[in-house]
Amino acid sequence: MNLQASWLLRDSQPMWEKDMMAIKPWWVVKGQDKKARNYRRWKIPPYLPNNRDLFVLTYGALVAQLCKDYEKDEDVNNYLDKMGYGIGIRLVEDFLARSCVKKCHSYSEIADLIAQVAFKMYLGITPSVTRNESSRNEFSLILDKNPLVEFVEELPAGRSSLCYCNLLCGVIRGALEMIHLTADVTFLQDRLKGDKVTEIGITFLKKLEEKKCRRKK
Amino acid sequence: MSGSFYFPIVGHHDNPGFEIEFLPAEKVESKHDHHHFNQSIAHAALGLVDANRWLCNNMHLKTVDKFNEWFVSVLATADHVKFITLHDVRQDHGIKNLFSDVYELYIKLAMNLFYKPYSPIGSSTFDIKVQFLGKKHLLS
Repeated sequence: MNLQASWLLRDSQPMWEKDMMAIKPWWVVKGQDKKARNYRRWKIPPYLPNNRDLFVLTYGALVAQLCKDYEKDEDVNNYLDKMGYGIGIRLVEDFLARSCVKKCHSYSEIADLIAQVAFKMYLGITPSVTRNESSRNEFSLILDKNPLVEFVEELPAGRSSLCYCNLLCGVIRGALEMIHLTADVTFLQDRLKGDKVTEIGITFLKKLEEKKCRRKK
Repeated sequence: MSGSFYFPIVGHHDNPGFEIEFLPAEKVESKHDHHHFNQSIAHAALGLVDANRWLCNNMHLKTVDKFNEWFVSVLATADHVKFITLHDVRQDHGIKNLFSDVYELYIKLAMNLFYKPYSPIGSSTFDIKVQFLGKKHLLS
């Protein structure tokens, strides 16, 4: 029914019916409230602004400046990792608050969460998760599109072992450490170095501590 | 009849950033001795470019100079980067398309923070793409 028709109908209704329509039964009201609450909870606003060129250029400027400051590629990679770690230990709070995810019971759930929720929330991409068959603790995230390297086509001469996005590894490592999981996160493949895809490998080092529920007797 | 084209990119301080030649199949036994000649013609045209850029509203300055049989067409960007084409055959449409495509490529390259502005362009991917564009717009 279009808006005009509904207003016409309202005028023809007696006054008491209109008042009754305003009053909704309690189960309808509760349901609406719940819907609104869920919507607020699950709505993940796009964190990356519409024009993310500034963000990508800032990251590029950061890496370029680090390349000027440090001669060796390993030093630049380590420093990027440390910076990412500092970001990750703080970012995990924001992530957990905004995503309201349930408790994970396995490493593969955690890897799926990182790929499908965290990456989507902060970078707008969804990498695919593959699991190393030989080991239960090793997973890799395969990114076919990496927004951070949008303007970089190839690494500069003399910087062939630079991991341009090593900050991401540090972020994941820091975030996992804050929830008491130690992991080793590195780049296994990198498109900038000539590989076909960009692959981040996550190796969980410590076992997940199981919480024992003790009922008070 | 497609002519031969010499395409340098000159930076802000009149420093050469990139150069490439597009020659049709017949003339590929190359003109090594004419190479520096082309460079000097392009260099001589730079003064006229600077004079003309203030007269024209848009960046494409069309044909700026003529030397013997060579025409000089220029696209001068706002930050004084000049895309010059020396051509002996009038081919305005093709040159305009080439300029706009190479300009887009140049913008993408300029956004790369590892590229020092106005420095010589050594990227091989840029070279390959410009060759392809040149063949597409000029020699077809």
